[in-house]
Amino acid sequence: MHELGLAASILQIVEQAALREHFRRVSRLHLEAGTLAGVEPQALRFALTALAPGTCLEGAEIAIAEPCATAWCARCAGAVEISSRADPCPRCGGTRLRATGGTQLRVLDLVVFDD
Amino acid sequence: MCVVCGCGGPSVPAGTNSGGVSARATRGAGGADGGVLHYGAGAARMSVPGISPTRAVQIEADILGENHRLARRNRAHFLAHGVTAFNLMSSPGSGKTTLLCASIEALKSRHPGLPLAVIEGDQQTSVDAERIRASGANAIQVNTGRGCHLDAQMVSDAFARLDLHAAAHQGESTEALLFIENVGNLVCPALWDLGEAAKVVVLSVTEGDDKPLKYPDMFAAAALMAINKVDLLPYVSFDVERCIAHARRVNPEIDVLLVSATRGDGMAAWLDWLVPGPIVFGGARP
Repeated sequence: MHELGLAASILQIVEQAALREHFRRVSRLHLEAGTLAGVEPQALRFALTALAPGTCLEGAEIAIAEPCATAWCARCAGAVEISSRADPCPRCGGTRLRATGGTQLRVLDLVVFDD
Repeated sequence: MCVVCGCGGPSVPAGTNSGGVSARATRGAGGADGGVLHYGAGAARMSVPGISPTRAVQIEADILGENHRLARRNRAHFLAHGVTAFNLMSSPGSGKTTLLCASIEALKSRHPGLPLAVIEGDQQTSVDAERIRASGANAIQVNTGRGCHLDAQMVSDAFARLDLHAAAHQGESTEALLFIENVGNLVCPALWDLGEAAKVVVLSVTEGDDKPLKYPDMFAAAALMAINKVDLLPYVSFDVERCIAHARRVNPEIDVLLVSATRGDGMAAWLDWLVPGPIVFGGARP
């Protein structure tokens, strides 16, 4: 449900860019939501679609990249890839993992109409 | 000479674009336009008459960036006022408000004169703020409407209205405690930094020992897990050790305390965790 609030923040970032970069319509919005970002990409897409009418995001294609999460395993002293914070180490089965990546939640870039 | 625009080329019919390059094309390298008009540089690798050209705009912005900025401002504001803030989060009904009321009563006798205040977050009603005020602390109710969490702006607005804030400006104390009781929800509040010193997740034994694995983001964000309602342990199938193991699996550093806000179990350890040392009062010190 917090995805609606995030969608409003995304719209705010895009509208600020519209003023700065002089565009009125977005063709493609490119986001990044890491596996551990606490965001459901489908819910975020739905929230953006609900918010878009009447804004510069109306009709825009929404692309959401979902980079994998990475963690440091204390037992095998190495970096591993995980898909959830509850995952054991895929290499040694250890459970003392510290997440090191995958929490990013960003607007990466836009393709905008030059009109 | 062209009679339309005055260039060196042959005449073109009026109304045709002859002098400039339309926005659909990009100029090639070399010379003024290198003799090349490239219509395939856009995203579609082609141009269609009547369809607007597009361009890419780099953004690279953190979606929660504005909240992070406000949270950093809150943190600096709290620090400047000697306020230690705790963000209490849990599912609805875990006993956050009861734990806060019991804590306020106990802190009043343990640290007399320590200013205490509560920011109460709920979707609707001011029932919780009234309960807190009845226990003797200043409280502000924040109703989020349909919102599922508190954000840094709400906390900033609420803090400005608290007596705690006014007292700090009048130099009455150098230390104070602020409890922020978040909206009952084990998912969304984990994402929003409010400027607190620490996040505390309250989990009651009636909810089940598997919650840390089911809602890992919340337990990963918290510095402390307070297992509440331990007086009910004989009546429910809640394995304390398993719950702690689950919590440490998503957050190896998480502190754990067992409490019963109604019966008083573990309250001394909980108060020690909140206020580890003696309180320093600006006005009370010689």
